[in-house]
Amino acid sequence: MTPTSSAIESAAAHAAHALADARAAEQARGAPTLAGPAPLVDVHAHWFHAATPRADWAALNAARLRAGERMGVTWHVASVLGTWGAASPTYFASPDAVRLGNDVAYGIARACPDRVRAYTHVNPNFAAHALAELARGAGEGAVGLKLSASRRADDALLDDLAAAAGERGWPVLHHVWQWRRRDWPNQEASDSLELGRLAARHPRTTFLLAHIGGGGDYRHTFAAVADLPNVVLDLSGSGVDRGMLDGALEAVGAARLMWACDVTMCTGLAKLRALDHVGLTAEQVADVRWRNAARRFPPGAFPGLPA
Amino acid sequence: MTAPQPVGRRIDVNAHVGGYPWRHVPHPEPAVLERVLRREGIDAAWVGHLPSAFWRDPAPGNAELYAALAPHPTLLPAPCVRPDWPGWEAQVREAAARGAPALRVYPQLWGLAPGDPSLAALAHAAASHGLALVLSARFEDGRQRHPLDTAPDLQPAHVRALARAGTGAALVVVNAGREFIEETAWALTALEVARVWFDFSWVWGPPDDHLATLFRTLGPSRFVYGTGWPLRLTQNARALLDLLPPDLGAPALADAGAVARRAAAPSAFVPAAP
Repeated sequence: MTPTSSAIESAAAHAAHALADARAAEQARGAPTLAGPAPLVDVHAHWFHAATPRADWAALNAARLRAGERMGVTWHVASVLGTWGAASPTYFASPDAVRLGNDVAYGIARACPDRVRAYTHVNPNFAAHALAELARGAGEGAVGLKLSASRRADDALLDDLAAAAGERGWPVLHHVWQWRRRDWPNQEASDSLELGRLAARHPRTTFLLAHIGGGGDYRHTFAAVADLPNVVLDLSGSGVDRGMLDGALEAVGAARLMWACDVTMCTGLAKLRALDHVGLTAEQVADVRWRNAARRFPPGAFPGLPA
Repeated sequence: MTAPQPVGRRIDVNAHVGGYPWRHVPHPEPAVLERVLRREGIDAAWVGHLPSAFWRDPAPGNAELYAALAPHPTLLPAPCVRPDWPGWEAQVREAAARGAPALRVYPQLWGLAPGDPSLAALAHAAASHGLALVLSARFEDGRQRHPLDTAPDLQPAHVRALARAGTGAALVVVNAGREFIEETAWALTALEVARVWFDFSWVWGPPDDHLATLFRTLGPSRFVYGTGWPLRLTQNARALLDLLPPDLGAPALADAGAVARRAAAPSAFVPAAP
């Protein structure tokens, strides 16, 4: 077995065991899930694997699944950013690293078929490879495209990818720095103005603007994308500022918000609970929890959830 | 959604009232804080006056704080004392006279380096009046700060120096992350660290599970409950506890009321178990 195939198989096998263990623990606990019985889709999740710098990769994945069961996550939609820096930089993943990461994501989705979906992650600088990965991902059951910070969002190099994703009905989850006033190390981050220019060129593609709580000035983002109906705000990120959810709701409405965690599930749960206190109706809370995801991802992406 | 369940008597050591200079903060009024605490199952709070942190002379803010909290008996004043300002000792005496459990101090905003003698003098005065000292590691994520907000974060060295100063003061550090906490706690003797507590509102839960790591290594009794209101969602601290791995059960946090009582009786400190 090569190190690559070992990483793919071990990640999938471990995830299957971890999910079974988490479910058994919840069953033994016998208490309601923290987020209640209504469906809940986390549209921004990640996995790790043995070919990353994280020696604790298995514990990380298990912790996500454990916390997800505790909260009541119905579907994790997850990507793997290559080797997370081991073989090439996280945000500038080489084609080989991209492919390996995607295979891990597909493997975990197959191992946890009633809990996990996969994004196809690509590096647009390798245009032909990126388009080929997108097509391969469709065959592997992926349900969306993940763009990180390899190339500025408004660069023409992204146009073919955005169009291809739209043709398949895939949303594009794009890493965003909220109001990027300079370049940041280790990434070519984009902000909402830059993503907005791409979104304006591809009105039939849905763009998930990643982690409004993930760093930068989210209020700048709200103003920048308010009039772009194909841009949806993902609520994830470590930030839990009071006023953030209120501002997002005021700017784009409940139909353009999607709940998510990214790498801090505690802040995800906090924001989920705070949704009950920002003036949403029960129907709107359901929109943010899962229904907007069911509408914006391809039909059938989340079995059991009506589109 | 399941409602938060009350867990014993819980005090939020990390709350403020008043506005913030760098962004709009919705409804930072005492009546709203009182309502939020009730909703979250929190019995009381140590409450600072947020604008005072950024004023050269915080004394007028303390007067505003006492007046604002007077109608709200569950909101306990934690006034701000700047120890390099002439006459600061009077602010300490007034705080004690008004029954405050703690003082808030922001050395990083005043340009006071770790080990500045004025900080130790304040800690000594706080201990002699039975007041804890609350230090904020930060207010906002560094990635979102206003261009004019250039003050550094508090350093672990500030806390280490205070803990080593032998003042007997109870030190409560809020808004610190795992690294800050570890660089403080593991750099102190058992006797020194026995005087230091941390809130965990800015520590990460799963999947990295930093809070679980800290509870396993330092023990939950080094931690008190804090929220960061009105800048941050009160729900985060509760979420962190709810998402702890099952083997940690219901962690026995330090009782902030007991911390305040220890501050009132410094000789009651005992070394932590090795």
